[in-house]
Amino acid sequence: MTELLNVMEVCKSFQGNLAVDHASLTVEDGSITGLIGANGAGKTTLFNCVSGYYRATSGRIFFQDREIQRLQSQKLCRMGIARTFQIVRPFGMLSVLDNAVVGGFNRASGRKEAYETAEKCLDIVGLTDKAQVPAAVLNAGEQRKLELARALATRPRLLLLDEVMAGLMPAESKEMIALIEKVHEGGITIFMIEHIMPVIMGLSHHIYVMERGKIIADGSPKEVADNPRVIASYLGKGTGGRVC
Amino acid sequence: MLLLAVAVIFPLLSDRYLLSVGISVLLMAALGQSWNLMSGYAGQFSFGHAAFFGVGAYTSSILYVDFGVSPWIGMAAGMAAAALLGVGIGFLSFRYRLRGDFFALVTLAFAEILRVLFNNSEMLKGAGGVLIPYRDVWQEFQFGDDRIFYFILLAMVIGFTALIGVISRRKLGICLVAMKESQSVAQSLGVPVLAYKLTAMAVSGAMAAMAGTFYAQYYGFIDPGVVFAATISVEAIVPCIIGGAGTLGGPLLGALIIVPLQELSNSLFEDVHGLNMVIYGLLIVVFVMFCRDGIYGTAIKRMRGVET
Amino acid sequence: MSIYVLQSFLDGVLMGGIYALAALGLSLIFGVLKITNFAHGAMMAVGMYTVYALAVGLGIGPYAALPLAVVFMFAIGFGVQRFLINSIDHAPAHNQLLLTLGIAYILENVLLMIFTPNYRTLTVEGFEKAIHIGPLTVAPAKLIMFGVVLVITAGVYILLYQTRVGRSIRASAQDEEGARLMGIHVRRIRAAAFGLGAVCTGIAGGLLTPVMSIYPTLGESFQLKCFVIAVLGGMGNLWGAFVSGLLIGVIESLSGYWLGGTWSEMLIYGAFILILLVRPTGIFGRGNRREN
Repeated sequence: MTELLNVMEVCKSFQGNLAVDHASLTVEDGSITGLIGANGAGKTTLFNCVSGYYRATSGRIFFQDREIQRLQSQKLCRMGIARTFQIVRPFGMLSVLDNAVVGGFNRASGRKEAYETAEKCLDIVGLTDKAQVPAAVLNAGEQRKLELARALATRPRLLLLDEVMAGLMPAESKEMIALIEKVHEGGITIFMIEHIMPVIMGLSHHIYVMERGKIIADGSPKEVADNPRVIASYLGKGTGGRVC
Repeated sequence: MLLLAVAVIFPLLSDRYLLSVGISVLLMAALGQSWNLMSGYAGQFSFGHAAFFGVGAYTSSILYVDFGVSPWIGMAAGMAAAALLGVGIGFLSFRYRLRGDFFALVTLAFAEILRVLFNNSEMLKGAGGVLIPYRDVWQEFQFGDDRIFYFILLAMVIGFTALIGVISRRKLGICLVAMKESQSVAQSLGVPVLAYKLTAMAVSGAMAAMAGTFYAQYYGFIDPGVVFAATISVEAIVPCIIGGAGTLGGPLLGALIIVPLQELSNSLFEDVHGLNMVIYGLLIVVFVMFCRDGIYGTAIKRMRGVET
Repeated sequence: MSIYVLQSFLDGVLMGGIYALAALGLSLIFGVLKITNFAHGAMMAVGMYTVYALAVGLGIGPYAALPLAVVFMFAIGFGVQRFLINSIDHAPAHNQLLLTLGIAYILENVLLMIFTPNYRTLTVEGFEKAIHIGPLTVAPAKLIMFGVVLVITAGVYILLYQTRVGRSIRASAQDEEGARLMGIHVRRIRAAAFGLGAVCTGIAGGLLTPVMSIYPTLGESFQLKCFVIAVLGGMGNLWGAFVSGLLIGVIESLSGYWLGGTWSEMLIYGAFILILLVRPTGIFGRGNRREN
């Protein structure tokens, strides 16, 4: 397999505090790669650097062998990196369909194509029957799905998912897991942050563990779960109840 | 449709006074639509639309009076100049990440600077303003019959409304609303935020400039204290607030309510200076406090079932 | 240095005192309430006419009317915040801006209805005649004006930094939620802050009554300058607002002397745009910028 995303020695500091500290990782093309770590470990900050939301203080990021750490998020989206946000932010005034269409315009050559893409993505996440309602009236679970549909509509090669399970009911979580697998089978590489251990352990091919801005371990789900350092720093503390 | 029919028949049945009221309504609607695009749809709260209006009025007037250029061409030139100004302000404020109140203050400051500049530059006619000589020829955007002015302005307002209507359903409009709600999310979905923002500001500026040229030609006189005044900027905002910012019909409805109301209070309480402006102020206060989406906007939200 | 420069400097400082006091109020309101108050100029005009009405109506002269004006302005500011602005507390920024604009229209035009648009002048026997200090001339009314500015400013500082109410105001400015948890009655404190801001600008206006002819829209011409000064000093930074007020007064006066009034205005507005763009936290860097 080839590397789709390559993060090299990336640092991000806020007023002297290193939120991401020389983090390096790779995401293989066609994989589902996970990123775990305690709250405040710097996972979302790292995502923000990769998606062009923040500019990394130092280090380099490559996507399909192109250096991208200086590019803005709209450019990256053009190149094929899409993301969802930890806190869902639908465009409440726009209809569900128009929300997805905003993403659809990313690659579409015309209006018609953008709408077709958007409709297809709503179909994938199962929001077709809500297409015409304003996004503001959706419930939390539906908003998560819309967030995903919107990102899919940009037709990405790499999809960054930032805690897509947060706030979902158990049944909705199951649906979301199936959705992610479906998206992945469609040929999209996935790089995801997740708190719920069974989910990420079940889905990921490869997992990175962050602690205080640093990548402290990586490997297959099993390797990571058995890594004493990971158990000590993360899995063992507090979250133990959620491990299995 | 009914409204349109009334608007078309109206000048045929009304006297000079009513016609002038009709023109005031349309002028406010035109300014309102201009503001609506930039601030209602695109969410860039302008407090200085007088800058665009004044640039439009002055460009065509000076070209006409000093260089004999037809105001029709002058209008196009004014639109270009205002669009450029819009792009300039937009670029600066984007570059320096200016938002919210501070953006409003910058637009206000631009309008004020222009006012002071025009007030004091001999080349730009100074505080005395520009008197447009009257010649009744259509090539020079002048008409003996005010009804023709009325229809031109009506066409302008319809044109603005149609343009915004088209934009709002296309890529640009949808993305503008998305950007208004969250610029960073829109950006992450591939929306070229800067380009769209500048486009909205340029088009909005050009619209206000068009209204400015119309104003100069219709009234035949402009001076910096009038066309660059803060009241013009406010007149662009208020119809949108009352009708509903970011809705297609809002500014039209707003203008249709405010102007007759002011005329009414003027004629009823002729001796009481300031009462009509108190009403104006009360309208703003009441709508901002109790009906934030405006009449039209609230109606739409109710219909779609979004809680207000 | 030529004597005219010195005279301009003096005039600038005296006028700058008025700017400083009014801008202090604007900055205070912004700091605590995060509102860009477009009714600030109108409230200044209310102050002017309050002093005028009290002085003429009660025959007590403008300076005796000042303490009453303080009470009146505080009541107006408190009421406006408590009953109008507070009710749209968490609306988008531009709604609050519009609301203050509406309030400005109402205040200004009520003044117009009561007092007509005519100029009013209030001369105080003996105070208007210029006196000479060395080669400089100055009207005693202006000296008193500046003196009162200093007294009121000192009063505001003592209130903010030495009293419980002041501590509550400052706490609310920094962290509203925290202040609420500390048992501070935030709503009342915010209204008090607006009242205090109204007192500052109202008294600045009232002090002008014996110095210049007043008319209802006079406050408007001070409004933009207040914005300039408050932003220059850093919105919410009171000390910055005061220093910037004096600074702008002097710059205006001196550049008016050297370049003429027009260019001095252009210079100030140009500088305003520049600061908004490049350094929106103000030249002293402690102001807080509102993100929207």
